[in-house]
Amino acid sequence: MSKSLLKVNNIEVVYNHVILALRGVTLDVEEGKVVSLLGANGSGKTTTLKACSNLLHAERGAITKGSIEYNDNDISKTDAYNLVKDGVVQVLEGRHCFSHLTVEENIMTGSFIRENPKEAKQDLERVYDHFERIRIRKKSLAGFTSGGEQQMIAMGRALMSRPKLILLDEPSMGLAPQLVEEIFAIVKNLNKEGVSFLIAEQNAMVALKYADDGYIIENGRVILKGKASELLERPDVKEMYLGVGAEGKTSFRDIKYYHRRKPSFS
Amino acid sequence: MDWVYLIEVLVGGLMSGVMYSLVAIGFVLIYKSSGIFNFAQGTMLLFASLTFVKMTENGIDFWTSLFIAAGIMVIFGIATERYVIRPLANQDLLALFMATVGLATFQEGFSQFVWDSDVHGLQMSKFLDIGLLDPAPIFMSDHIPWLDILIPKFDIFASLVAGSLIVVLAFFFQKTKTGLSLRAVSDDHMAAMAVGIPLQTVWAVVWAVTGVIALVAGLLWAERVSVSFTLIEAVMKALPVILIGGLTSIPGAIVGGLVIGVGEKLGEIYLADVFGGQGIELWFAYFMALIFLIFRPQGMFGEKLIERV
Repeated sequence: MSKSLLKVNNIEVVYNHVILALRGVTLDVEEGKVVSLLGANGSGKTTTLKACSNLLHAERGAITKGSIEYNDNDISKTDAYNLVKDGVVQVLEGRHCFSHLTVEENIMTGSFIRENPKEAKQDLERVYDHFERIRIRKKSLAGFTSGGEQQMIAMGRALMSRPKLILLDEPSMGLAPQLVEEIFAIVKNLNKEGVSFLIAEQNAMVALKYADDGYIIENGRVILKGKASELLERPDVKEMYLGVGAEGKTSFRDIKYYHRRKPSFS
Repeated sequence: MDWVYLIEVLVGGLMSGVMYSLVAIGFVLIYKSSGIFNFAQGTMLLFASLTFVKMTENGIDFWTSLFIAAGIMVIFGIATERYVIRPLANQDLLALFMATVGLATFQEGFSQFVWDSDVHGLQMSKFLDIGLLDPAPIFMSDHIPWLDILIPKFDIFASLVAGSLIVVLAFFFQKTKTGLSLRAVSDDHMAAMAVGIPLQTVWAVVWAVTGVIALVAGLLWAERVSVSFTLIEAVMKALPVILIGGLTSIPGAIVGGLVIGVGEKLGEIYLADVFGGQGIELWFAYFMALIFLIFRPQGMFGEKLIERV
């Protein structure tokens, strides 16, 4: 078992002092791994990611219990700026490109924390090497690019800070299947260069295909975890998240059996 | 038609337009970066120029006063971010707007408390001897030989200062890393935070820069209308400017200022009879903005409809 990079220990997140979004999420991203976090709408995927990158307070959320460790340091109080400096960067759901900036300017904003402008130039090339598609569009305004290109811009922007861990939120949202595969292939390439990923996804099929480990989250709680390959084979996961019934039609009640069981963590 | 006179009017309009632009840029900077309409812009102008004037009256020389006043404005800007804006971050924008209203009231009282509420004259010509300015009455028109027209020397000076400040700002925004992050923040707060741009620092920079602009604009305006509460009203002229130019656009603020400046001068000269006599300069700018709003509510260069203010 390799070293754990990010450790989320049983966190509870509350929005606006009243809305309980997460009630006990525990997960572990090992160094050099791609980890997928699966779940339906509103199950708490984004909240988990934002808790890790400390962007919750911008939406008046707060971690009320538990802790988050990165490289064995507690980061639940570290602000986003310092987290990016330390190598944790989030790519937001819905890309959030700076639409009035050009593609290149968008990517360059990711180098804000970098001191050396020469290195930033090299990194820009590296980003273009990974995302050939946006190289030719570098002078156009990001607002006029397509969804897939915007996803690439958002990921390229995050890459500029030379992260060790990228929190990727819903990269497949609104993209054609072919593009989704392309994005995940790039994720795999980056992973080979040593970047770890925590990916929140609804598209369970693709997310598990490219991931090492998987977690399934529902109602703010992790209900299932395991190796991605094993999760892919589980009949209940197949039924609920992959849309392929094992044999015939199963009753909805039968397949939900695992919901009542809280997994034990070692 | 008297062409020479027309050109004089045009040039005069353009020059006062540049001064409007300068004030308008202060509004636009803060609106762009944080979505707040800064009601305290006028009192910032007053406070800045009052600080400067009181120092020169107490015998401190021009440049020292200028630097100290700029320093005070920078500190004031940073303090505003720290103690007014930051505690209210992520709150309703109306709350932030109300905070700037409070800030305006505070600043108004504070400048009277620290300095005084007298009307001060400001004659920069006493301090500056750069050829353009005669120590003599400054509003006397000066003959420009190569065009054969009359233009007040101070207007030329003021528009040069304002123009170069605008150029410096444009460079700062388009070419520097800080400028890029400012534009990023104005586009999307959340994304800017996610890529590691510290919002607080950016806001502090914006407020500090706005403070310095307020000082420059305040001094240029004070030369014309004296350092007193009339300054706050001069700032109100920037409102039609940003309505025409668009609240979110710096080029808009510049063009809007020029349009207003030229428009009100031309209106005064050529349309006064239609509207029933002299003096329409006072309200013609607002009238233009009103007409403009009907046809293009987001302004000339505005990015989107202005829903909040």
